Amino acid sequence: MSTLTLSQSKPVERPKIKEKYDHFIGGKWVAPSSGEYFDNISPIDGKPFAKAARGNKADVDLALDAAHAAFPSWSKTSPAQRSKLLNKVADIIEENLEMLARVETIDNGKALRETRAADLPLVIDHFRYFAGVIRADESSISEHDEHTVSIALHEPLGVVGQIIPWNFPLLMATWKIAPALAAGCCTVVKPAEQTPTSIMVLMELIADVLPPGVLNVVTGFGPEAGKPLASSPRIAKVSFTGETTTGRLIMQYASENLIPVTMELGGKSPNIFMKSVADADDEFFDKAVEGAVMFALNQGEICTCPSRILVHEDIYDVFMEKVIERTKAIKMGHPLAEDTMMGAQASNDQYEKILSYMDIGKQEGAEVLCGGEKASLNSGLETGYYIQPTIFKGNNKMRIFQEEIFGPVVSVTTFKTTEEAIEIANDTMYGLGAGLWSRDAHELYQVPRAIQAGRVWVNCYHNYPAHAPFGGYKKSGFGRENHLMMLDHYRQTKNMLISYDKNKLGFF
Amino acid sequence: MSDNKHVPRVLISDAAKETIDTLRKRFGTDLMFHQSGGCCDGSSPMCFEKGDFKVGASDIWLGNVYGCDFFMNQDQFEYWKHTQLTLDITPGRGSSFSIEIPMGIRFMIRSRLFTTEELENLIPTKTGEEILEENELK
Repeated sequence: MSTLTLSQSKPVERPKIKEKYDHFIGGKWVAPSSGEYFDNISPIDGKPFAKAARGNKADVDLALDAAHAAFPSWSKTSPAQRSKLLNKVADIIEENLEMLARVETIDNGKALRETRAADLPLVIDHFRYFAGVIRADESSISEHDEHTVSIALHEPLGVVGQIIPWNFPLLMATWKIAPALAAGCCTVVKPAEQTPTSIMVLMELIADVLPPGVLNVVTGFGPEAGKPLASSPRIAKVSFTGETTTGRLIMQYASENLIPVTMELGGKSPNIFMKSVADADDEFFDKAVEGAVMFALNQGEICTCPSRILVHEDIYDVFMEKVIERTKAIKMGHPLAEDTMMGAQASNDQYEKILSYMDIGKQEGAEVLCGGEKASLNSGLETGYYIQPTIFKGNNKMRIFQEEIFGPVVSVTTFKTTEEAIEIANDTMYGLGAGLWSRDAHELYQVPRAIQAGRVWVNCYHNYPAHAPFGGYKKSGFGRENHLMMLDHYRQTKNMLISYDKNKLGFF
Repeated sequence: MSDNKHVPRVLISDAAKETIDTLRKRFGTDLMFHQSGGCCDGSSPMCFEKGDFKVGASDIWLGNVYGCDFFMNQDQFEYWKHTQLTLDITPGRGSSFSIEIPMGIRFMIRSRLFTTEELENLIPTKTGEEILEENELK
């Protein structure tokens, strides 16, 4: 295989960050009780760029102590004050957007254009959204009869545990932290061991904004730090984004403690292109082609990656010709270079896993329409984790159509009728995202309703605005992030049932 | 003839065996595997101390590799059953509760299609519930 010679703009400068980061507990930097740190490897070149504290149960317990100490006061802090602080966090992130975007790119490997245009702006807006909604939030009251009134009042759950994935380290942390703090909970956050640094750089910036103990971050490995957090009897709820086996394990722990959970567990999202898409060669057709190529956004490392293209057989040739052309035009390169369109996979094990799926896809007889192997880049990137955006053609029973590869790999198949498209779309364990592209007004409503998924993008894909609820059907989990309804996943209801009647019932 | 059903569904590489030996020594217990699906560290095999992950009637036991029971959820198995799996090791960070992660390595699965003849001679599967019952009888 040939090595791709890079002809692109120079990578931007790396921001100066600390060599190693401690835990952030009770508003202070706390060294790990074991004294141990681990290397955080940048996917850009496979080399360590910072060290993270290797947390364990003792560290998690310390963080829980701090969170419990902070809760009585934080839970009674007025919504106006909580809102003000969340807005302040957002402002600080906005002032440091460029630096944080660069650190996020170094930590995760995704292209700078994405961290600048998507990850960080969404983080900022998300904090502002939850700062806003709690100002307008109300409890409810009902009069049952002229003497009896029921007040249903929200109360925060308490101290929660939040386990964050590595694909959008800052954004996924924000999706969990912002509603929890807005609701009046205190939190102990465990970032993914693949991306433990960007959140600590963020904590440095906002360390003094929130009262000590409201937000605590403990880094470390899943079995050493994640497990003691998820299984602790001292958390009131656990929120997790990840995969099905760990999701089940966390629910198992939660069942022992009888606490609620929210889970976001991935998908195998269908992206359906109806016949009318190709009725004209216009802007909309061009938009639909881009919609199909969205599988390569974030190197495919998104739970909602539109990893199955379902296209009407009559337009397959004209549509896929453009999709392949557009995919081949994706510029790979140094993630910190401004003209790079797709960066590196987040870690070596992900990289190996994706390649193993390329292998099984080929064995199962899927046809490689483009890509199909690793990308060998030069100029210092030889040891990074780069994979060519890949399109397979096959059928929906193949493993590459059923399993989340979590890489820049899409599998395309055709359908003859709308019924068949829906049947293929729903023939999956998962139900997180889906896309529907059509010019037909009836299909635009009816097909999304028939798809068993929590988010159906209609004539668009991969937008994640705050105030559009996001979460899964089927084995993709439950709970709805990104929306004010998430507040209720961090609260319980206190019902006061009040009698204003001076007279007794007369029973006794 | 059940005697002919000899083709294993899961194999193991030497590197994975070495890792299992190391982990057994460190934890002092038997181990188990559950194949995950979904995002992030999904589509990877998870290694736990035996019994730490509760299997049940919705799990399929694919076999025992190097002394470890290997399970997968029924739904997922429907799409995997025509493939032979090899448990292997790769350097990497992982991001789940799989117990080898602190070693800087990650269990992974390599796959190949069974031949028609092999498909007729596969070792029968059991449910997680059946395995638990068998273990109780032992």
